[in-house]
Amino acid sequence: MAGVVATIAREPKSLGGRIAKDMIISGIIVFLLGSQLIGIETIDDPKGLRFITRYDDVFVAALVVALGRAGMQMLRAGIAWPVLIGSVAFAVAVIGSTLIGGERDLSLLPFSNKIVDWIFGLTAVVFALRALVVQRRGGAPAPRGGGVMDAVSARTQKYSRYAAGLMILFAILLPVLFPERRIVDMGILVLTYCMLGWGLNVVVGLAGLLDLGFVAFYAVGAYSYALFAHYFDWSFWGCLPLAGAMAAFFGIVLGFPVLRLRGDYLAIVTLGFGEMIRVILINWWWFTGGPDGIRDIPRPSFLGLPFERQNPDGGETFHSVVGPMLQSVFDIELTFAPLHRIVYLYYIILILSMVTCVFTLRLRRLPIGRAWEALREDETACRALGINPRNTKLTAFSIGAMIGGFGGAFFATRQGFISPESFTFIESAVILAIVVLGGLGSQLGVVLASTILIGLPEVFRELADFRMIAFGAGMVLIMIWRPRGLLAHRDPTVLLHGKSALDRRDRAMAGEGSG
Amino acid sequence: MDLFIQLLINGLTLGAIYGLIAIGYTMVYGIIGMINFAHGDIYMIGAFHAVITFLILGVAGITWVPLALMLMLIMSVILTAMYGWTVERVAYRPLRGSFRLAPLISAIGMSIFLQNYVQLAQGARNKPLQPLIKGGFTLSAPDAGFAVQLGYLQIFIVLLTVALMVVFTLLITRTALGRQQRACEQDQKMAALLGVNVDRTISITFIIGASLAGVAGLMVTLYYGVVDFFIGFLAGIKAFTAAVLGGIGSIPGAMLGGLLIGLIEAFWSGYFTVEYKDVAVFAILILVLIFRPTGLLGKPEIEKV
Amino acid sequence: MSVAAAPNMSPHASEIRPLLAVEHLTMRFGGLVAIDDVSFEAADRQITGIIGPNGAGKTTVFNCLTGFYKPTVGRLVMHHPAGPMMLEQMEGFRIAKDARIARTFQNIRLFPAMSVLENLIVAQHNQLMRASGYSLFGLLGLKRYRAAEDAAVEKARRWLDKIGLVAQADGPAGSLPYGAQRRLEIARAMCIDPLLLCLDEPAAGLNPRESGELNELLISIRDEEKTAVLLIEHDMSVVMKISDHIVVLDYGRKIADGPPATVRNDPNVIRAYLGEEEDEDLPEVVKQDIPEVSS
Repeated sequence: MAGVVATIAREPKSLGGRIAKDMIISGIIVFLLGSQLIGIETIDDPKGLRFITRYDDVFVAALVVALGRAGMQMLRAGIAWPVLIGSVAFAVAVIGSTLIGGERDLSLLPFSNKIVDWIFGLTAVVFALRALVVQRRGGAPAPRGGGVMDAVSARTQKYSRYAAGLMILFAILLPVLFPERRIVDMGILVLTYCMLGWGLNVVVGLAGLLDLGFVAFYAVGAYSYALFAHYFDWSFWGCLPLAGAMAAFFGIVLGFPVLRLRGDYLAIVTLGFGEMIRVILINWWWFTGGPDGIRDIPRPSFLGLPFERQNPDGGETFHSVVGPMLQSVFDIELTFAPLHRIVYLYYIILILSMVTCVFTLRLRRLPIGRAWEALREDETACRALGINPRNTKLTAFSIGAMIGGFGGAFFATRQGFISPESFTFIESAVILAIVVLGGLGSQLGVVLASTILIGLPEVFRELADFRMIAFGAGMVLIMIWRPRGLLAHRDPTVLLHGKSALDRRDRAMAGEGSG
Repeated sequence: MDLFIQLLINGLTLGAIYGLIAIGYTMVYGIIGMINFAHGDIYMIGAFHAVITFLILGVAGITWVPLALMLMLIMSVILTAMYGWTVERVAYRPLRGSFRLAPLISAIGMSIFLQNYVQLAQGARNKPLQPLIKGGFTLSAPDAGFAVQLGYLQIFIVLLTVALMVVFTLLITRTALGRQQRACEQDQKMAALLGVNVDRTISITFIIGASLAGVAGLMVTLYYGVVDFFIGFLAGIKAFTAAVLGGIGSIPGAMLGGLLIGLIEAFWSGYFTVEYKDVAVFAILILVLIFRPTGLLGKPEIEKV
Repeated sequence: MSVAAAPNMSPHASEIRPLLAVEHLTMRFGGLVAIDDVSFEAADRQITGIIGPNGAGKTTVFNCLTGFYKPTVGRLVMHHPAGPMMLEQMEGFRIAKDARIARTFQNIRLFPAMSVLENLIVAQHNQLMRASGYSLFGLLGLKRYRAAEDAAVEKARRWLDKIGLVAQADGPAGSLPYGAQRRLEIARAMCIDPLLLCLDEPAAGLNPRESGELNELLISIRDEEKTAVLLIEHDMSVVMKISDHIVVLDYGRKIADGPPATVRNDPNVIRAYLGEEEDEDLPEVVKQDIPEVSS
């Protein structure tokens, strides 16, 4: 035993020795990490806790991680063939056995959940691809993902006009191309997060204020609408500006005392605000409905026409008015369908988010936007140039809050029901993750990140329990891969020499980079 | 008066637990300047290890309380410390020296990951546990109408915290490790040039922080007798609040902040309403930060221009 | 020695009037007295140099002047055309905005991720904010704002031309070489249209050629832009050559005050720089700095 420890402790000279040492250590660590949390499952009986063991899972996990670690080390050293063969064999065996098994669990791996098998199998595929790249490069270590993505993000920025145009076209046509509730619903969700992301981008991306409580403003917007509708019967369109104004007002009131705090203090204070608002919403039950929330929030109407089978007040409905019009003009028959309302909501959020996008893009190019960015870069220098840091931060904070408020009002009308449960910290974290993963300050990055973070988990609903764990792991992995975000490329807001000169410079720099 | 003493006892016990978690936040912040958002979940993992060790001990027939406690403490600390080390190695080290927000996002991702990992591995329902240390002293006269209880468990928690604080203070002030740790806090580059192994020092910081969180997890398991995968979130936020309140980066500050938060919570719940105790904690944090932006024991920063 | 001072005389020497008056300035940090009862004046359209050994309190004077520190005792009066202003009572950003005092920093503080041009545009923030109707007109894309922005770009171009950075205008400021960053920081400060420009060691880290260019730039700021300059400098060749007036600080006290020719022969100044006669182990650097002092 002592001999083994001594052998491991010594720094091995040969590559093989290093890899073996690494394998053993990582295997042991994974085994120990899993020894209790995975190896022993606690089960609560009426008689008290008891447990069952799952040590086969732990052994296999340790073994697989050790092999993976060895594979990584070998790829780093430029050894491709063994990794390629090993990972292909592993992937084929695992995925194959899982597929053949069908509903029955015939997988080679002991895990009770097939998704784990899939994750291991797919990871092996990634290894195989990586090994292939290394092999192609003749044993040179695989390039870091960064360089390639930098070029991609610079190019995306350059063609952003076309990319954005295409995306908007796609967004407009989406309900026509895929008239399915599931897909339109997903579109609504992604667009909502785009809008919130653009709002938070002003605060975090441009002004550099770390806000961990953005959900507070989202909640203020949602509750403003819900409460005004509940107590005064106001319509969605009447409440929308009000919800934004209320959220902006909250932003100013909350921001005024705390915006002079340093970055991380601001983070914890905003986080505290988020939690405070939620706790107040829960406990102020006679006004906000408490944990039960508010039900029957009115749906938005189209020029006063509700999307219902029958108007509860006895008046006209959307299909009863628009239907005959379409019939007479285009000879299209329109009968009541629940999808109409979804599609209508989809277009509302599309317009809201487009307005937000244009609004924030324009702000960035205005003096206020440049002052935000300057403040992010160096607050001291800003003061020396006569920029009022507090007011500048407050505008950023309140504009972000206002956009959050609009988003919240939309959320309330879409759900028809809100409760404090919808406004937890995880929501703030998701929005912040969208902004940072997309690349701070990048409008397109927000779209990309919200499609990845919100859209993908929706698509892979089968992942069920594994959605959130994949979400967390995804955040970590993307950060390690690209710490500045997926599309981190900043274009100046004003140019002296015009766009073509900038392109020339970029090309020259890209040339230098690859040369 | 009796109520006051009872709340004081409860508050101190709770504060000791918050303080132990807060030290992990403050040390990590001090040395690499990041909010280790996953620290609350490390504490939760510590609590789960305590529960599981307890179950194993039950099956193994070890029922003598001091031995059982000792073993739970050791297992919980070792395994939790390994989680702390692994989290740093996997999610933070690759991001060292990178853009300021990147480690924070990675930490939030890690926090979500750990919560869901435990939920998947151990189920979402909470795990109840029979009390291990029962009984205590009754401090006031029986005819007073309100009996002040000082549980043995509370004494155990406070004493253990004090003992850990002593060991820990000696570790930081008297050993080479502590010197290296403080050197890295001041200036990592310079420390590296002088031969301090910065990576190792940072790893050890995470290990120490996680160990203390493991102890806190054990305490909370014993104190409340129930754990679930979500306890790390609120405890983490409050412990971080405690660290900020005491002055982030300052270790005595973290302990002081923890005690204050525990006391505020206990007294607020006792004299006002339980529902708004979290609001009270955050409101006081905000007030302190407005009037003393560097926390109670933090060094005031002179802006260098 | 009067000959040496002659080329420094500004053409407007006859109409010298004080622009800034520092009266009994004292700054304590806890027990440490960084500045002890210092009074001096900086004249309009002249270059005033503040010199002194390390730790003499030069940068602290600047930080008091530009609102980063609140002085413990003393008055700082800016004789603004609109009437005198008490700088010590003003918020930091107002000193730049209303009293129109601009400054640079010892360790350059540009906005590194923003382009060179943007750095100069940000400096014109307050005018542009007004022109953009506090963002309202700007959002609507009104002509009035666009004209103002064009004017701002034009002004920036003029300064870029002066400091020779037109070609680099659209690149990030952070990737400029060191000397260019120094010049850009001065140009940025000038873009707020200051009455008084405070420079904190602008020649630090510059090579002799760059240092010469800096002299020309500062003289043109004085003579063409009609802006007063307050200058902290270690590099004697810069201070002696271009200052109209020099204030010498040592251990937080003023030890001399006058035209360069007088100051360089002041026994107090010589002692402060050379130490007492028997002080043999003075660093070589300091000796090189003061070749003319003993002559």
